[in-house]
Amino acid sequence: MKLAFDLWTFATISAGAFFFLAGTVGLLRFPDTPTRLHALTKADNLGLGLVVLGLLPQADGVLAGIKLVCIWLLVLLAASSVSQLIAATVRRGGGPR
Amino acid sequence: MREFLIGACGFVLATVILGLIRILRGPADADRMMATLLLGTGGIATLLLLGAAIGERAAVDVALTLALLAAFAAIAFTRAAPRDDA
Repeated sequence: MKLAFDLWTFATISAGAFFFLAGTVGLLRFPDTPTRLHALTKADNLGLGLVVLGLLPQADGVLAGIKLVCIWLLVLLAASSVSQLIAATVRRGGGPR
Repeated sequence: MREFLIGACGFVLATVILGLIRILRGPADADRMMATLLLGTGGIATLLLLGAAIGERAAVDVALTLALLAAFAAIAFTRAAPRDDA
């Protein structure tokens, strides 16, 4: 059983690290601000979600696991609202100078 | 398992540091803000991985605080932007 949990952790955390790399590459390589925003907010939150899923079997108990999931949900909520706000700022004229 | 978690932690941290190049390049301030958001998300993942690797429970609380502060920083950025109707 422990082997199955460890394999799950290996697989999901590796996938999560890959999505973090994808988010960074998107942030550096995409041509303009809205596409970079799109790369960042989606790929990174998916990566964080996979890391959290991978850490769940390693958590100390049920409450610690729920706390990890709550952090991910907070980050998802914050990132989706903030990406809308930043996109609106960019459309209005580039943000504060 | 511990070595794997620390290795994953270092990898995520390296991608975040690579993303900070966008702060140097710009061109718009929104691009620089996005690199800061990346630092927030990647920092949370790094802290969670490190906390699981060394068995430090307080790292989860630090990650929670970082999540809140990253959101507040981005909201402060958008509030500071000039408005058309102002």
